[in-house]
Amino acid sequence: MLFRLARRNIWRNRRRTFITAASILFAVLFASFMESLQRGAWDNMIANVVNYYFGYVQVHEQGYWEEQSINKAFPLADSLNAIQKIEAVQAVLPRLESFALASAENNTAGVLVAGIQPEAENSMTRLSERLVAGAYLQESDEAALIASGVADRLGLGVGDTLVIISQGFRGVNAAGKYPIKGIAEFGSPELNKQMVYLPLPVAQYFYGAPGRVTSLALKIEDQGDIGPVMQQLRTQLDTAAYEVMDWQEMLPDLVEARELDTAGNVIVYFILYLIIAFGIFGTILMMAKEREYEFGVLISIGLQRWQLSVSVWMEVIMLGLLGALSGILLSIPVVLYFKYNPIRFSGDMASSLEKFGFEPIFPATFEPQIFLTQALYVFVLTAVLAIYPMMKIRKLKPVEAMRN
Amino acid sequence: MAVIKTKGVEKTYNPDKIPVRALKGVDLEIAEGEFTAIVGPSGSGKTTLLNIIGGLDRPTGGYVEVGGEDISQMSDNELIDFRKEHIGFVFQAYNLIPVLTARENVEFVMLLQNRSKAERDARVKELLHAVGLEDKLDKRPSELSGGQQQRVAVARALAPKPTFILADEPTANLDSASTANLLDIMARLNREEHITFVFSTHDQRVIDRARRVVTLVDGVIDKDERRE
Repeated sequence: MLFRLARRNIWRNRRRTFITAASILFAVLFASFMESLQRGAWDNMIANVVNYYFGYVQVHEQGYWEEQSINKAFPLADSLNAIQKIEAVQAVLPRLESFALASAENNTAGVLVAGIQPEAENSMTRLSERLVAGAYLQESDEAALIASGVADRLGLGVGDTLVIISQGFRGVNAAGKYPIKGIAEFGSPELNKQMVYLPLPVAQYFYGAPGRVTSLALKIEDQGDIGPVMQQLRTQLDTAAYEVMDWQEMLPDLVEARELDTAGNVIVYFILYLIIAFGIFGTILMMAKEREYEFGVLISIGLQRWQLSVSVWMEVIMLGLLGALSGILLSIPVVLYFKYNPIRFSGDMASSLEKFGFEPIFPATFEPQIFLTQALYVFVLTAVLAIYPMMKIRKLKPVEAMRN
Repeated sequence: MAVIKTKGVEKTYNPDKIPVRALKGVDLEIAEGEFTAIVGPSGSGKTTLLNIIGGLDRPTGGYVEVGGEDISQMSDNELIDFRKEHIGFVFQAYNLIPVLTARENVEFVMLLQNRSKAERDARVKELLHAVGLEDKLDKRPSELSGGQQQRVAVARALAPKPTFILADEPTANLDSASTANLLDIMARLNREEHITFVFSTHDQRVIDRARRVVTLVDGVIDKDERRE
């Protein structure tokens, strides 16, 4: 009966119910959409940086990540066997990476030269799918694949020659020139302006580090396996000689930037829900005042105060959930649309985003948890606001209520 | 045996500021099956006395017994339960629950008493038949006339099988035909089922039908007249 009373009372003043529910609906729609878009943009960026280059876990010689020096290259054969036996590791990508100066005619640019095993690399980073010109590298090639940003800066195209110089392993001079076989475009602006790929033996020769690599990137399908794999690696490998790092340890700036951005949104949501809270409270205030007489009658005829409080509490909660569920129902198609049709920025906006390291594509992510969180916020909000009429009921004197 | 007994009941409003003495020592006994009207000019204390007898308000002096129990000493929650079991209220403004149908309004207090569904259904039909509204079971208050709403209110008051019914100006908002009809129903229930009714009223039509008329003037009983 209490539930029935609550349910029917919602529809006593339809216009007010609709206005209150609509305000909650738009808050939930806005918040769900914003969060889906924000998470989608970050997921996309992390996928671009992590999936398409770093990998979720890497193994280096101890201290490599801190120094990023070619002198920390280690012999490949020693370490591979143990890693390949781990079940969750689908592929091991050996790389020899170091910075170099690239030039073409009068242009120079700092680049990251990565020696890779083209086929293994492609199984994880799907590098060949990023080609915008030319062809993908083969194991036997003595050629380079460069990022489109590097090509633009140096004014190079497929078939042109790229000259690179650097300091090699233990101080040897490194210099070489390679024909450009392909140009790839990366989602991450950071990768796009500096990547140069060579087949691993070519890079080892270039850096004077035959048989050596600076990192082993591991292909792991399920992110949930990252922890167990790292644990296993740390027990199997000699941790005095090798360091095992996940992507969050390797890219703390990215993690921090995401956390900062998320924290900024929390403030926006807080303000949004504060405004909504005042709207809901206004409705509750009017409802409690209008129904004071009726509350007095109900207590007079034998309804206990706690029973009346439960009924009013349910009424307020139902009003909140009505708005929240409508908001979620409306959010789902909107979020799905933007998941499959991401917002693509162009022109100045795109340039600005790229300066901050963002790919100017914002796909929405579709995670039920986002919608459930909004429903939870509204539930908590209305549950707290519903305390007001409960307090009024607790102090209500039926004779005075009915006299007024 | 007295269903209601008041002894030296006093009520003073604003005792600490400007005291207003609404009741100045009321001694009254109402026996089972009486059909009593409490009358008097405005401000004489009729409604205050009814509120105190009904456990809605507390006296500042004296005591009230209902069915032999001193209700002046009960806590708020005990009073609510007591009212639910022993007292039926009929208000001037009907005061039905607007979102419930006639059937649900009558059933409401029985639900609070945890009566079985079969018992509730039977009682609702019986009472709405008794007040001539068996064809309005599923109508909400807004779909009923004032007279019909007050008849539903009487049925609601009777539903929990109370010790007595308190009616505060029950005919004040009704036209003559509805008033006559309501009084016929209450008189019949009183005569046939020995239900005790206590009214506060200004309405001469109600006073004419009462078998006992208690007149209050300035918070004291001025006259207590019994009729055959």
